[in-house]
Amino acid sequence: MKASKTSIALAVVAAAMLLAAALVAWLNRDDPAPPSAELPPRVGDVATAGSGNADPVARGEYLVRAGSCLGCHTEPGGEPYAGGRAIETPFGIVNSPNLTADATGLAAWSNDDFWRAMHNGRSRDGRLLYPAFPYPNYTRLVRADSDAMLAYLKSLPPVARKSRPHGLRFPFDLQASLAVWRALFFRPARFEADPARPASWNRGAYLVETLGHCNACHSRRNAFGATAGPLDLAGGLIPVQNWYAPSLTDNAEAGVGDWPAREVVAFLKHGVSARGWAQGPMAEVVARSTRYLSDEDLAAMATYLAALPRGQVDRDDAPNAPPAPPSSSGAKLYATHCASCHGEHGEGVAGAYPALAGNRAVALSPPANLVHMVLRGGYPPTTAGNPRPFGMPPFATVLADAEVADVLSFLRASWGNRAAAVSTLEVSRYRGAAPR
Amino acid sequence: MAQRVLACTGCHGREGHAAADGYYPRIAGKPAGYLFNQLRNFRDQRRHYALMSGLLEFLDDDYLREIAAHFASLDLPYPPPLAPVGTAAQRDAGEALVRRGDAARGLPACNDCHGAQMTGRAPFIPGLLGLPRDYLNAQLGAWRSGQRRAQVPDCMAQVAARLSPEDIGAVSSWLAAQPVPMHSAAPLEPQVRLPLACGGVDAPAGGASGPGR
Repeated sequence: MKASKTSIALAVVAAAMLLAAALVAWLNRDDPAPPSAELPPRVGDVATAGSGNADPVARGEYLVRAGSCLGCHTEPGGEPYAGGRAIETPFGIVNSPNLTADATGLAAWSNDDFWRAMHNGRSRDGRLLYPAFPYPNYTRLVRADSDAMLAYLKSLPPVARKSRPHGLRFPFDLQASLAVWRALFFRPARFEADPARPASWNRGAYLVETLGHCNACHSRRNAFGATAGPLDLAGGLIPVQNWYAPSLTDNAEAGVGDWPAREVVAFLKHGVSARGWAQGPMAEVVARSTRYLSDEDLAAMATYLAALPRGQVDRDDAPNAPPAPPSSSGAKLYATHCASCHGEHGEGVAGAYPALAGNRAVALSPPANLVHMVLRGGYPPTTAGNPRPFGMPPFATVLADAEVADVLSFLRASWGNRAAAVSTLEVSRYRGAAPR
Repeated sequence: MAQRVLACTGCHGREGHAAADGYYPRIAGKPAGYLFNQLRNFRDQRRHYALMSGLLEFLDDDYLREIAAHFASLDLPYPPPLAPVGTAAQRDAGEALVRRGDAARGLPACNDCHGAQMTGRAPFIPGLLGLPRDYLNAQLGAWRSGQRRAQVPDCMAQVAARLSPEDIGAVSSWLAAQPVPMHSAAPLEPQVRLPLACGGVDAPAGGASGPGR
């Protein structure tokens, strides 16, 4: 009877595995496509507001910009939207595909195919797509917008460029692994407007949560690279790039609960405002996406962002004790390298060099962005409102890691700033991060 | 404008200077079209240096043109040339390539494009004097290996491909040892006839490319 006990056990295991596989498959089923003509219930205004254009190609261009597609789908220096950019993830490299109207791109794609990719995260041939493509956000796109985006992409000059296969490590390279990931972390969803909120809030929610995919950076990712969902905007370290995307719900980080809406609009439109300037990955967002949006849409985003539930970032590394008094070597380095622009007392020069005293970007924890700024310098993007930006020189070849740590610790503890010191080890870690 | 480009002068300084990871060439007084092309090339990844590409990534052509014009307008004195290195035979070989090229290998003389005085031809062709040997070596080497590129057709890549490492050493050593003439600014010769087609020279400055395409 022993043998049959074993076979019963085997049968149970096999059945359990079959059940699990069936469950994963069932959880990966497609949400069927609504016909193109059907506007989604209750959100008709959400789909068309702001873009203000009836021509589907022009509307599609606007939406593709709002969706920030260009950055990932263009190789540096390459043809726009022809793909080929290698996106580094903790699981390996994802190579972005060609979106132009060539046979190697989207030439053969129908509206239904494109909707399936945006809404269900599946390619035209049924393959599951990797969520580096932010379909967990785009899934809420309304069908008419998806059709307009494809109309625009198909209007682009065709570029023959075969998509390169991804370079993901085992087991992340398997469709089965992706199916399990999706069973755990992804469901197709529809955008549901909140009738209790004004139209501008709803439009803002649609732009921030869906097209803008803001939470792809502004939230923490778990060990499997999943966020807590498009509504989580509590900030997080961007994997691989190692820039910290600050919390949009905490006014001490990048929350705008106490900003006048016009400052939020100016920041997204021009890359600079009286309250701060776009740097690092946010400079890319302004340069390639938000600067093209209408004032009406930017105001809607400001409405939504200002109304986010406030929360304080719960940091495991938050300083319990006040920071140590700034070192004299940090003060000396500041006087030598920084004070000529940022001022003897960190006061900066309005419109040119940001103040460091009382600047919340200086106090962020982790201090990743500060380290990147000092090592690499940077220019905010050229925009209509800031066509001749001021820039910060890179100090990567001038200052050693310990000196960067000293000067940052100094300015984080001076002129009323009360943020934790920066260690040499932290500087080394961020210096080693791949250039963005 | 000087206040807006402090991000540049931190490394390039008044005359350029050497640092741990290489040499930052002088940019003051170089032809505006040449500087504009190099800014575009770094931004669009035809030239590769992460700090340069990072700084320029989100700047449009109009602003890059203005930055180029600013540095082109600066007139700063040059340092004295380096003491000659290598053997007399090497220097002779270098001088021969610079002044006459090598017709047998299809190599034009440097002078043919960069001017008889080697001070360049505005607005697109840079001068070759006042640059350290290491920098010239590195740039010719990078062109030969495809690491540095220009607009297509890339004439300098074709030239560098026909040079041996020994040729590059000879040319760089000879050029670096020459004094910069009193009138160091590149004369304006926009309609220049060149032995090879050069995308960076023939193409009108500008074009529609930019981060906002």
